[in-house]
Amino acid sequence: MDDSPEILEKSKKDKKRKSKQSSSNAGWSRRDFLKISGVSAAVPLAGSLVASASALAVETAHEADAAVQGPGKAPVTLTVNGKNRSAQLEPRVTLLDALRDQFELTGAKRVCDRGTCGACTVLMDGKAVYSCSILAIDAQGKAISTVEGLSEGGKLHPIQQAFIDNDAQQCGFCTPGFVMATKAFLNQHPHPTLEQIKHGMGGNFCRCGTYAGMRAAVMQAAKATKGA
Amino acid sequence: MADNQPDYNWPAPEKRSLIGKRVSRVDGPDKVSGRAKYTYDVHRPGMLYGKVVRSPYAHAKVVNVDTSAAEKIPGVKGVHVVQGPGSEIHWAGDDIVVVAAVDEPTAADGARAVKVEYEPLPHWVNDFDQPQNVGEDAGPLSLNDVVGMLTNQMPDQQIISKIQEHGISFKVDNALVTRMHDNKVGEAVISALQAAPVKEAVKSTSHYKKEAEQLRGEPDAAFQQAEVVSEGIYGCPVITHCCLESHGSIAEWTDDDHVFVHISTQNVSGLATEYAGGLKIPATNVHVHQDHIGGGFGSKFGADRWGIYTAQVSKKAGGKPVRVMLERDAELTLAGCRPSIWAKVKIGAKKDGTLLAWQSESWGTGGPGGGGAPPMPYVVNIPNQRKQHVAVLTNIGPARAWRAPNHPQGCLVTMSAIEDLAAKLGMDPLDLMLKNLDLTKPPTDTYHRADTYRDELMIAANMIGWKKNWRPRGQNGSGPVKRGLGLSIHTWGGRGHNSNCALTIQPDGSVNMKMGTQDLGVGTRTAILIVAADSLGLPLNALTLDIGDNQYPSSGGSGGSTTIGGVSSAARRAAVDALAQLFEKVAPTLNAQPGELEAVSGTIRVKSAPSRKLSWKQACSKLGAQPIQVTGKNPGPGDLISSGVGGAMMADVSVDTETGVVKMNKMVCVQDCGLVINLKTAESQCYGAMIMGIATTLYEEKVMDPTTGRMLNPNMDFYRLAGIGDVGDLAVHMMTGKGYDERGPIGLGEPPTVSPAAAISNAVANAIGVRVPFLPITPDRVVAALNPQGGRNATV
Repeated sequence: MDDSPEILEKSKKDKKRKSKQSSSNAGWSRRDFLKISGVSAAVPLAGSLVASASALAVETAHEADAAVQGPGKAPVTLTVNGKNRSAQLEPRVTLLDALRDQFELTGAKRVCDRGTCGACTVLMDGKAVYSCSILAIDAQGKAISTVEGLSEGGKLHPIQQAFIDNDAQQCGFCTPGFVMATKAFLNQHPHPTLEQIKHGMGGNFCRCGTYAGMRAAVMQAAKATKGA
Repeated sequence: MADNQPDYNWPAPEKRSLIGKRVSRVDGPDKVSGRAKYTYDVHRPGMLYGKVVRSPYAHAKVVNVDTSAAEKIPGVKGVHVVQGPGSEIHWAGDDIVVVAAVDEPTAADGARAVKVEYEPLPHWVNDFDQPQNVGEDAGPLSLNDVVGMLTNQMPDQQIISKIQEHGISFKVDNALVTRMHDNKVGEAVISALQAAPVKEAVKSTSHYKKEAEQLRGEPDAAFQQAEVVSEGIYGCPVITHCCLESHGSIAEWTDDDHVFVHISTQNVSGLATEYAGGLKIPATNVHVHQDHIGGGFGSKFGADRWGIYTAQVSKKAGGKPVRVMLERDAELTLAGCRPSIWAKVKIGAKKDGTLLAWQSESWGTGGPGGGGAPPMPYVVNIPNQRKQHVAVLTNIGPARAWRAPNHPQGCLVTMSAIEDLAAKLGMDPLDLMLKNLDLTKPPTDTYHRADTYRDELMIAANMIGWKKNWRPRGQNGSGPVKRGLGLSIHTWGGRGHNSNCALTIQPDGSVNMKMGTQDLGVGTRTAILIVAADSLGLPLNALTLDIGDNQYPSSGGSGGSTTIGGVSSAARRAAVDALAQLFEKVAPTLNAQPGELEAVSGTIRVKSAPSRKLSWKQACSKLGAQPIQVTGKNPGPGDLISSGVGGAMMADVSVDTETGVVKMNKMVCVQDCGLVINLKTAESQCYGAMIMGIATTLYEEKVMDPTTGRMLNPNMDFYRLAGIGDVGDLAVHMMTGKGYDERGPIGLGEPPTVSPAAAISNAVANAIGVRVPFLPITPDRVVAALNPQGGRNATV
């Protein structure tokens, strides 16, 4: 909930920056609605309602100067794990599908495809977002981090090691999403309590039932990263 | 022991360096880093994307299909009509047309451009209301009917007279006879089936199929004798598997009559025949591959209609790879559901708690095929019984096996009835259960489970603090939030499916294994490696293992908790046989007989003189140019596996009687699975089963709209799973050591999934003093149960 005004502010800044970059990339309106509600889906319901309402207000305000994108393909450049990647994409393609189908970054998974389950979680400018609920063209200019970028030089990140040590995974389909959600959570809560874990990690679902191992894993990772 | 008869038995406890220890899963690093490739992640060169046109009607005839507009869309490369004019559709969401295109958006445009004309027919999705005035089904028995009678442990003589009276509607072939032998079905029953007339199944327009009443002992007299009789109604709706990786595949033609398939499956080795039948090519031309699977839970055994048409539309697109993964709504609507159960139960006992009589009228649906009768009374085989089950035929989509088919339903009804009886008797349900444990001996099983249950219940009681925390109903505090405890016990079979393991030891010392099995996330890869490494005296990372391809030696489908038995025994036999061959080669060098050698800690040494040894590498170098290559099989020599486990669960909940919200405080699982191969992943299975069970009990329901016949919640917002904050504290205790280890490994996929709903429902009843009759135990149902005048859910 606390995030909403901040996100909104940032969106406005992004909007300005984007207009400066190139007018053909200035897609707005509905896409920002998606983006903002997608971001805030990671916070409690009340937060997302506030954010959505604000997004609508923003949409109305910016409708006038919104450039039309599509229906054909448009050039899109994403900054993923520090590298620029370009593709020709229809404006309706989500960040998730772009990562998976265009750039072969298949760690983030498509499961519910509507911002509920968290299997598609990636970081955007350091915050956990549901990449199924953000359009690829709107993710331009943001620093996107995926699970593939987490292990440096093939060495597992302490969060990843903690998931292995505590068997916080079974089929593993939800795991990359949980790993990235943990990363964002520990950024905000370097010394979490169990209660904070139960709330802060509530934006992701696991079907096999690995939460017992996951709680222990998040605790272990918190100790190992010491908030780093 | 003679040199030529290797000892296949599991190593003694002091000789196990890996078996039974806590070993991290070997595919863990791939899974946490996103490197693990699931079917959904595979991108084949030039791959097309498929989208499916689905029936909006739950029951309809297809009148006309026009694909011309779709075919004209640039980028659409193939259109295939799955169910053309004249086809009858039996559930909403069924597949009509598949469109393959260069990318997903274009395929979606193509699917939207297809015009289908339907003739809607009346549908039926109501399984909740009790069937009235239904005549007993007089048609021939289906295989389902027979399996149902066997599952319910109906006496052989009764089964035989039913078979003789009704005839059967299926063929009794050799495969079926073998399966029945494997499952210890009585010879007289098998003979009766072989002699029975095969009749065509009668097509009926009724929504109900009433099964024959089942009698055991003298229920009427027993109810007369009973000093306390408790009556109740219990139930659980249809739920869906909700695999996170949806069903689907990528199919491509490598030439005119060879197909290569990546598919999300629990049955890598078993799919070729199905594809061959659907595509009219030899089974040997079908190549099936899968590295990882994102959940199956019983719903991914077949190629499925969509597997076959994916290959068909690929053919139409010139053989190019086509990917069809089900959308989330299709996954929840039609890719698997677990049958519902609704039951009116009467149960009678003496004042001291001795169970005397059981009577149940039950009904439930598993879709168009009905759904079998769950085993009731579950585990506790009350001596006098009268049971009647009606299968409800609905247009909700087809049922599929769901972990421990029929057991959770039977368990919920039985354990709830016993708990309610205990409350009426004024007895602690733990005491009532302990008193009646002798009834848990299955009539056809030599393994007496009562002792296991007794030990498990005592351990579970300690773990949850039963003595300290349990209070009789109505004495759980004066505030609005009431705390309660509940318990349940469960069983499952196991044994092991047929399995082959190819093991190669190279002269350079490297070891590779190949098996056509799959790892559903339960740790199968890790378990196979543990068994082989321990048998060869090597560390885990000295071996490599390839699974997930039907070009490897075949293995069974992962179902019925048969995988660990199948793969571990095959791997053990392969390793022991390979080692025997290696001993033959190196014995002269060590100046010993092969039978005097052992493989320990990366060496081959003389048992009586451990200093006379060769390192593994040195030993393998004696092989010359030829590797050792063996295939271990299950079944095979040595008595390595068995069947039948027991488990107990207890739940501790708090219920807010004003809001109806149930909060899980704690849940414990005490489980037997014979010899534990990997303690870490075995415990994970039990944790997972409890968590899945919490979701089933508190949240899950496939909600059908009677007007449209469609599922109302085919998404993950309203088909709710449990989150990390919903499950309370969890604890697992595995029964190990003497009495368990010597039985060999027994699967864990089913057993711990059986009890959670019963244990939690009982805890809620204990907390609030009344039964919430139906799952999921949502706040509205809790409030309705507390205010029986106020809600429709309080009564049927």
